[in-house]
Amino acid sequence: MSRVTALTQLENESIRIIREAVAEAERPVMLYSIGKDSSVMLHLALKAFYPLKPPFPLLHVDTTWKFKEMIHFRNETVRRLGLELITHTNPDGLRDGISPLIHGSRLYTDIMKTDALKQALNEHRFDMVFGGARRDEEKSRAKERVFSFRDAGHRWEPRGQRPELWDIPNLRRNRGESFRVFPLSNWTELDVWRYIDQESIPVVPLYFSAERPIVERGGQLIMLDDERLELEPGEQPQLRRIRFRTLGCYPLTAGVESAASSVAEIIAELETVCTSERCGRLIDFDQAGSMEKKKQEGYF
Amino acid sequence: MPVCSDMLRFLACGSVDDGKSTLIGHLIHLTGNLPDDQLHVLEAESSRIGTTGGALDYSLLLDGLMAEREQGITIDVAYRYFETPRRKFIVADTPGHESYTRNMATGASHCTAALILVDACQGVLPQTRRHVLICALMGIRNLLFAVNKMDQADWDEARFRRIEQECHRMAGAAGLLANSRCDLLAVPVSALQGDNLTALSDRMPWYGGATVLEWLESCTAEEAAADAPFRLPVQYVLKGSNDGRGCQHDGERWPAGCDGRATWRSYAGSVVSGRVRVGDRIVILPSGVETTVERLLIGDRDADSAETGMAVSLVLGGEHDIVRGDCLAHPADRPEQAGLFKVRLVWMDQQPLYAGRRYLFRSVFGTIEARISRIRDRVGLDAYQLLAADRLAQNDIGEVELSLARLFPFDPYSENRETGAFILLDRVSNATVACGMIQHPLRRGSNIHWQREDLTRELRAGLNGQKPCVIWLTGLSGSGKSTLANCLERMLHDMGHHTMLLDGDNVRHGLNRDLGFTEADRIENIRRIGEVAKLMTDAGLIVITAFISPFRADRDMVRALLTDGEFIEVHIATSLEACEARDPKGLYRKARKGEIPNFTGVNAPYEEPLTPELRLDTASRSVRDCAEDIMSLLRQDGFV
Ligand SMILES: Nc1nc2c(ncn2[C@@H]2O[C@H](COP(=O)(O)OP(=O)(O)OP(=O)(O)O)[C@@H](O)[C@H]2O)c(=O)[nH]1
Ligand SMILES: [Mg+2]
Repeated sequence: MSRVTALTQLENESIRIIREAVAEAERPVMLYSIGKDSSVMLHLALKAFYPLKPPFPLLHVDTTWKFKEMIHFRNETVRRLGLELITHTNPDGLRDGISPLIHGSRLYTDIMKTDALKQALNEHRFDMVFGGARRDEEKSRAKERVFSFRDAGHRWEPRGQRPELWDIPNLRRNRGESFRVFPLSNWTELDVWRYIDQESIPVVPLYFSAERPIVERGGQLIMLDDERLELEPGEQPQLRRIRFRTLGCYPLTAGVESAASSVAEIIAELETVCTSERCGRLIDFDQAGSMEKKKQEGYF
Repeated sequence: MPVCSDMLRFLACGSVDDGKSTLIGHLIHLTGNLPDDQLHVLEAESSRIGTTGGALDYSLLLDGLMAEREQGITIDVAYRYFETPRRKFIVADTPGHESYTRNMATGASHCTAALILVDACQGVLPQTRRHVLICALMGIRNLLFAVNKMDQADWDEARFRRIEQECHRMAGAAGLLANSRCDLLAVPVSALQGDNLTALSDRMPWYGGATVLEWLESCTAEEAAADAPFRLPVQYVLKGSNDGRGCQHDGERWPAGCDGRATWRSYAGSVVSGRVRVGDRIVILPSGVETTVERLLIGDRDADSAETGMAVSLVLGGEHDIVRGDCLAHPADRPEQAGLFKVRLVWMDQQPLYAGRRYLFRSVFGTIEARISRIRDRVGLDAYQLLAADRLAQNDIGEVELSLARLFPFDPYSENRETGAFILLDRVSNATVACGMIQHPLRRGSNIHWQREDLTRELRAGLNGQKPCVIWLTGLSGSGKSTLANCLERMLHDMGHHTMLLDGDNVRHGLNRDLGFTEADRIENIRRIGEVAKLMTDAGLIVITAFISPFRADRDMVRALLTDGEFIEVHIATSLEACEARDPKGLYRKARKGEIPNFTGVNAPYEEPLTPELRLDTASRSVRDCAEDIMSLLRQDGFV
C-alpha cells in the first residue's frame, strides 16, 4: 500500500464534508472571505464537484473596509472561474456610516459583519453555510463541530452541541434552522500553506512581503490602504517590508514584519515562528471570551 | 478513516479532574508547539483564574468556553493540533464529567489511540471504566493508561503497580487483550509537573518504559480498513449537460476525453474501505445491478485506482438508476443486507430508551425508520458483565435488537468501522439520541418483518367510505374524555361511519391486564394501545381513544407509529381545579390523602401537548358542542 500524506488525507476528508453538506442542503452557500482559507476551501469545492461547477453561489459580506487588493482579487477569481457571487453590505450600517475607526471594533463587527451576515442568510434562506474557519485559530473555535447547528436566530449554543459521531453527521433541521459547515476544521495554518504550495492556488498578494506604507499604532503595524485612516498626532507614515498572516478589515488587521515573499518562504517562516496567527486580529481581544460571544450571536 | 501513518488522531479521556486537559496542554508546550503570545496569555490567566496557585494552569489552553473556565471543568471536546519531527497529531481533549459522555464518544469515534487518565490517589473510577468500554466498543486498540498526579502520591511505585494491574484487568474484561493488534501501556506521570511526558523522570527511577510522547510517536495509526473489502457509499450524483454553463472550464467545456458526450454523469463518494480500480466489476446495492468502472477521478485528475479514504467520482458503464446512499462493492465481496440486527448502543438521551420506540437510523448508507424491538442487556461497569435490563438510561451502554423498515447493507462494526456504525435520531426533536455499532444480523423474522398484505388499508377504508384516523383524547382524570368520546362515537355512528372506541375499560382488563403502573409498564401500555389503534386504522376504522396519556414522549411515539396526518391529538384542557371539583370517582380525594401514588395532576406531572390538532375546555361548554368541534375538524380534513 502506498503512503498517503497527512495533507492528502485532510484534502479528502474536506471534500467528503463538502459533498455531504451539499447533498443534504436545500440552499447551500459558501462564505467567501477572500483570504487564504477561503481560497483553499473554494479549491476543494471545485475538486468535489469536478467537472461541474459547485452547485452553490459564493457570498461575500462586504464591510466596505476590505483592502483594495482583496476586492480586486475577489472579482478576478469569480470571473476566472465563472461562479455566481452574492455580495451584501448592511444598508443600515452604510446609512449610519458605521466605521471601525469611529465606532470601535466591537460595534462595527456586530453591525457590519454579524448583522450583515444574518441579513444575507435570511434574505436568501440559506440552510447550509460553508465557512473557512479552522479550529487551530482560536480556543472557542477549537470546541466547535464540523457541522455546527444554528437555531432560527443563527445562534450557536456551545453547551448544547449535537454529538458528531464518525462521519455520520445529523443534519436534520426544522424550517429556519441551519448549519455552518467548516470543511477546514482540522487544518492548521501550516497545512493551508503547504496545500497552497502543492496545488499552486492563487492568493491575495498581501500575504507576500513587500514594502508597504504603514503607521505604528498600539504596537501594531497598520497599513494605510486609503484616506479614511486619519493619522493621529505624532504618527509618521513609513515604508516597511510587511506581509499579512490573516486578512480582515484593514484598520483591524495588523501586518507583520517579514521578508517572506513566496509561498515556500512563508512555509519556512511559519516552521520557525513563535507567534500565533490571529495575534494580528484586533477584534479577538475586544472583550473576554470575545470570539465565543460573537459566535453565539451568529458571527462566523 | 485515517490510513496515513504520519498523522495520529488520539483522545484524552478518563474521569473528571484526573488531569486530561492539563496533560495535553503540557504536552503541547513541551513539544514546542505553544506560540509565545499564547504562552504569555496563559501566564496571565493562570495567576488570575488558574487552579494551580500561580503555576501554569495548562488546562486553560484547552478549556476555551467561558462556562468551562468558570466551572474549572471541560464540557465539550477541544481539538488541538501539534507536530513533532516524527508525526502530526490531532488530539481530542474530552470531558470527564458523566453528563458529557456524549461529547467523549464524539471524540472517541474519530480516533485510533486513547490516553486514559487515572488519578493515582483515587485509582480507577466508574467513569474511567465507562470511557475504557466506549473506547473498546469503538474499536480503539491503542490505549495508554496515564497514572497521573504521582507528585501527590509520593512517586510511589507500589501504588502505580496496583493501578497498572487494575487497568490490565479492565482491558481484559473489555475484550481488548483478545485482539492481537492491541497495544497497551501504563505510564506513571505528573501532568502538572511534566514527569514522563516527554522525558523519563528522575523522581521515578523505577520506571524505565516509554514516555507518553514516545508511545504516541510509535503506536500504529493505520486502520484495518485498507485491507477490508471495497465499499463506497454514493454521496452525490454529479450530472450535467454539455451546454457549457454547468461546467468549470470555459474554454474546454468538458475534461479531456469527454468531448462528444452530451451529458456528464458520475457518482461521487469516498472509498471508506478497500480499494477500487478502473475496469473493476462492481455491484450496486440494494438493487444488485452489476456494472464496470469506466473512469475514476480523484479531484480533477484521472487515476487508475483509489484506496481507502480517497474522495473520488466514478463513471460507470451503462445507464443505471443509482441514488445517494447506494453502496458500491465488488460482486464477490459485497456487504450483507439485513433488516434485523443485534447492536450495541451508547444511549445519550435524557429520556431512557424502552423497547418499542421508533427512531431514525442513519449510517453512511442513508437514513431509514427503525424500531428497537427488544432490549437484551445493559453492560455493568464493575466487570463489564451483562445485566438484564428493560431500559437504557442516559449514558448506559447495552445490547439491543433493532429492526429497520427495509433491508439495508452493512458490515459488522468489528470488520468495518465505517459501514458498521450508525446513529439514532429522535423524529420529533431531531436530537441524536444514541450511537451504535452493528454486531450481527438476526435471521429470525427478517423476511416476514414489515411485510405488506396485498389488500391495502386504502381498499378496506374505501369500502367504508371514510378515511381512517385516530382521534387521541388526552387530559386529566375527570376532564371529560370518556363522556366526550362516547358522544362523538355516537354521532359518527349515526352518520354511518365505522368506528371503535378504546378506553381504560376495554383495554386495561384484557390486552393490558399484565401491566402495572411502573414507568416501563406505563409506556408499554400506551405502545400497545398505539399498535392496536394502528391495526384498526389498517382495517379502515375511525378510532377514538380516551386515556390520560400524560407524557408527551408517549403520545409522540403513537403519532410516529401512524401514517402522517392520521393522528389527531385532542387536548381536553379542563383545568385541574375543575376536574378536582367534579371528582366523579373520588380519586382526587384519595390521591390528596396520599393513598394513590403517581396520580396525574396531584403527585405526577401532566405534560400538555404543545401543538395539538385541537384544544377543548369542557368546563364552559356542553359535551355536544365539543364533539361538534371535533366533527368539523374531521370534515375539514376530509376524514368524513
Ligand atoms: N498535583 C497535581 N495536580 C494535577 C495534576 N494534573 C492535573 N492536576 C490538577 O487537577 C485539576 C484538574 O485538572 P484538569 O486538567 O482540568 O482535569 P481534566 O481531567 O481535564 O478534567 P475534566 O476535563 O473536567 O474532566 C487541576 O486543578 C489541575 O491543576 C498533577 O499531575 N498533579
Ligand atoms: Mg479537561
